[in-house]
Amino acid sequence: MDFWAISIEIAITVLMLLTLLVDLLLPKDSDRRAVAFITVIGLVSVFVFSLGQYHLSPSETFYMGLFIADNYSLFFKQLFILGMIFVVLFSLEYAHKFIRYRGEFYSILLSSLLGMCVMASANDFITLFVGLELMTISFYILVGFRMDKAASGEAAVKYLLVGSGSTAVMLYGISLIYGATGSLDFLTICRNIHLFYAAGLAGVVLIMAGFFFKLSAIPFHMWAPDVYQGAPTPVTALLAMSSKAAGLAVFMRVLYVAFPILGTYWMTLLAAASALSMIGGNLMAMKQKDVKRMLAYSSIAQAGYMMAAMASADYAGIKAVMFYATLYLFANVGAFAVLSVVEEERGGTTHAHITGLSEASPMLAAVMTISLVSMAGVPPTAGFAGKIYIFTAAVDYGYVWLAFVGFVMSMMSIYYYLLVVRAMYRDLEPQEEDSARPIVPNFSVRVTALLSAAATLVVGVWPDFLARATNFASQTFMR
Amino acid sequence: MFDFALYHAWLIPLLPALAFLVIGLGTRQDKKKSAIIGITAIGASFLLSLGVVGAVLTKRLVMAAPFVMKTVWAHIGGMDLGMGVLIDSLTAMMLVVVTTVALMVNIYSVGYMEHDPGMGRFFAFLSLFAASMLGLVISLNFLQMYIFWEGVGLCSYLLIGFYYYKISAREAAKKAFITTRIGDFGMLLGILLIQITFGTMDFIELKTLVPQYIWISGTSFLTVIGLLLFIGPIGKSGQFPLHVWLPDAMEGPTPVSALIHAATMVVAGVYLIGRAYFIFAELPIVMNVIAWLGGFTAFFAATIAVTQRPFKRILAYSTISQLGYMMLALGVGSLTASMFHLMTHAFFKALMFLCAGAVIEAMHEEADIFKMGGLRHRMPVTFKCMTIGVAAIAGLPPFAGFFSKDAILAAAAEVSFPLYLLASVTAFMTAFYMSRLLFVAFFGEVRDDCPAQETNAFMRWPLVVLAVLSVISGAWGHFAGFGDWVFYGVHEEEAINWAIAGSSIVLSLVAMWLAYQIYVEKRWSSFQIARRLGVLYDLSYHAYYIDEIYAFIRELAVDKLGRLALWIDTHVVDGVVHGLGRLAKGVGAVLALPQNGDVQRYVAIFYTGVVALVAYSLFYAVKILSVTGGAF
Repeated sequence: MDFWAISIEIAITVLMLLTLLVDLLLPKDSDRRAVAFITVIGLVSVFVFSLGQYHLSPSETFYMGLFIADNYSLFFKQLFILGMIFVVLFSLEYAHKFIRYRGEFYSILLSSLLGMCVMASANDFITLFVGLELMTISFYILVGFRMDKAASGEAAVKYLLVGSGSTAVMLYGISLIYGATGSLDFLTICRNIHLFYAAGLAGVVLIMAGFFFKLSAIPFHMWAPDVYQGAPTPVTALLAMSSKAAGLAVFMRVLYVAFPILGTYWMTLLAAASALSMIGGNLMAMKQKDVKRMLAYSSIAQAGYMMAAMASADYAGIKAVMFYATLYLFANVGAFAVLSVVEEERGGTTHAHITGLSEASPMLAAVMTISLVSMAGVPPTAGFAGKIYIFTAAVDYGYVWLAFVGFVMSMMSIYYYLLVVRAMYRDLEPQEEDSARPIVPNFSVRVTALLSAAATLVVGVWPDFLARATNFASQTFMR
Repeated sequence: MFDFALYHAWLIPLLPALAFLVIGLGTRQDKKKSAIIGITAIGASFLLSLGVVGAVLTKRLVMAAPFVMKTVWAHIGGMDLGMGVLIDSLTAMMLVVVTTVALMVNIYSVGYMEHDPGMGRFFAFLSLFAASMLGLVISLNFLQMYIFWEGVGLCSYLLIGFYYYKISAREAAKKAFITTRIGDFGMLLGILLIQITFGTMDFIELKTLVPQYIWISGTSFLTVIGLLLFIGPIGKSGQFPLHVWLPDAMEGPTPVSALIHAATMVVAGVYLIGRAYFIFAELPIVMNVIAWLGGFTAFFAATIAVTQRPFKRILAYSTISQLGYMMLALGVGSLTASMFHLMTHAFFKALMFLCAGAVIEAMHEEADIFKMGGLRHRMPVTFKCMTIGVAAIAGLPPFAGFFSKDAILAAAAEVSFPLYLLASVTAFMTAFYMSRLLFVAFFGEVRDDCPAQETNAFMRWPLVVLAVLSVISGAWGHFAGFGDWVFYGVHEEEAINWAIAGSSIVLSLVAMWLAYQIYVEKRWSSFQIARRLGVLYDLSYHAYYIDEIYAFIRELAVDKLGRLALWIDTHVVDGVVHGLGRLAKGVGAVLALPQNGDVQRYVAIFYTGVVALVAYSLFYAVKILSVTGGAF
């Protein structure tokens, strides 16, 4: 029992309990900023602490191999922690204004983070399921956290209903796998020839259906737009980046570690889902007038890109996914930080609400532009480098058609991303003078927005460092 | 101290780049702060460049033994793209020339742009230009060079079009950009072929690879690459037939003309060939093309300059002609002479352009030299500086141009007599038209309506500094052994060939005497001569109608083609594109239709997906069974 392997999870759990406790100790009428600060400080220290856990030695496991702490999982955990720090920072004001039970808000954010971290390290279907459910149930609650908005509650119920269905399907898949192979441990399953029987094959697709749901891949995406739009903006940001990245992290481990012998079988499915998501997500995003909803569809497409890299099941693909997940996190932080400020100030996130943002706050408009341009994959932002890695990986593996679909669709995506930019920068009509009223975001929002935009540009101009980091993490993956 | 400069040479382009950011994002509205930031940055770069020269001299970093600092910029598909610093004597010389002229021009601009509301923007662009140019100079591979090459092109475009409210300035900016882009395209092809052939773009690596390659496969393919590469310098350094943009570029503010279109950017082409001399020197055909094209351009531009009337236009054609000289020197195999002339030319031509700026400002934007006259009484300092500039370009000893021009003539005489003749005739004409400029504008009677006065101190002192450099840089370079440092291959002997030098001095003096007789003594009427020459005069005055020929070709081919393309575009392509766009939006809308908020439907679609996946799995299972026959 090597507790060192789960030290990050322990730290997050302690932090979560601490926030609950502090919330109880604080006087009833105090704003809960103290809790937010404790969360941020705690997470920053966990992040710094986790930097020291990268290793060249063989990876450690915990509790008979149910849980594995390798560089790959560590990379993803740091990604989740970073995303959470950013989200808590930029949502300080937002939470103050819209969220009624803020103390619990932070605790549940942390419990979702704990779920993600467990997922990244899952080496067994039970661990996977526990982590997944911890994250998902936390999200059901978080989505409904805006008591003042009916849409928020509606979104939560929808997410719960469809999500339960997906959980049931996935659990059924896991039970079929157990039935076929007699094991739940990835490393045992991977050598079992019984996967080739109907039960095994069906189990694999059912598990994949569960993941497709998490990644909101078409045709399992129906929940995403409504939930993204209804959820509080910081939670939407987490759904788009961290929840998706967590799903990807464990999805890759399941496919590459547990089911490598069925490679040709699931690769076809993955490529098909990827193509469908890229095409459908981008096409459907075009007509959206609400930026949050547009980003929901765009996140479907982004998941499609990342699955395209996954379909080429080798190091280059893993590396591309990790690279892309990271830059997608930065782009999302930037976009959603701006959106949350806009929502606070102007009460909504449609194109009409962001009109004139370039006059109201040039900095926010610039950050938004950089983030969206990065999602569209235009140089010199990180998105460009990321797409190069993804499509190179796909082409190298022989999925030229998939890369081609990706090229064409990411070209088309520029249209709807730039619609937002146009709304922010176009000249104002006389009757819209209101939109030029200055917006002054508070310090933490400014820091987060600028950091994310800077990261997007730096990674775009000098992708080498991140590429090396992902290389390192991905190469220890299958050792 | 020198080590510090050498190991921090990357700061030299970075400081002006930071100045650009600070001015552009922050102090653009504040003239004084912008000027201080710009000048401080370039001043620091200048000091660092001096340090680099010191390091080159103490460590003896000649071209065969450069100092390299390299970092990997990106890996793409197994290819390492590097960025970094390559310091040798050539780089050090360029660094000093560029930073000196840039510093002088920056200071001068404080006076020149004083009343312009766009002064902040001007300093931002100047800083960006300095950053790009210095980045180009320290490049260690073709890619880095190409990036900064485009960077200086962009700055040139921005600065020519600085007075964007003037249509002529906008047009000139476009012309410059498009014309040089034509050259850049050829060069890009050359660079890509180098990458394909050698698998690297790094100068140091290429230097070892090229001789091996030639030894194995000969020079035929490399000649193609060399010619393609040379197209870039043809555009950038204003060689015939892509020289047409340079005279029009005079629409920009005069300090810009001095910095970019005389001293630094236009010599980038010459520098590129010098930097890649290990390729060019191996290719006799390409060298011949360079030499003859350079010689022809030198002669051709000089014949045009003889009849021009606007002050800056004369200088522009003279620049083209002098660039031709540098190309000629490269083509006949004397890197030393070419780079030497590049350096002296940068000083005296920048000097003359800055004088032109002072004169034109004093004359309230009047550019025609025949409307000036007697300015030596009104602007004594400017007059003295201009005289030094003319003496330098005419090649009179002991001014700078004498030594460098003599080196070129000597190098040409060694290789080919016709080229030597061409160069000598050009030198004669150069002396003539430059004296004409000087005599017409500065001698004679002061006109009654002449508003000219001496300019302010900001504009005067840079003139003096450059004048001093125009006097001493030649002799200093000659006696301090410029050729001991900047040379390619075997170290060259450089005693002055007095037969060549003497005849060139005599030719220059004759030309100046002729100009004096015509324009000051009025012994012969310039009108009469022009009439006598008839067609020749017209051809020269209209720059051989090359612009008109290009316009004609454009109308004949490009416009017709363009109209056809427009028709296809509006009726076919647009139709398809709009159709596709509408289709995409329509499909998107249809796909989003089920998205009506009805959660039962969502679940239904979800399970449809699940059923489809399970169906696939069953299909696959049956396939496996049919393959294995159930035995498995």
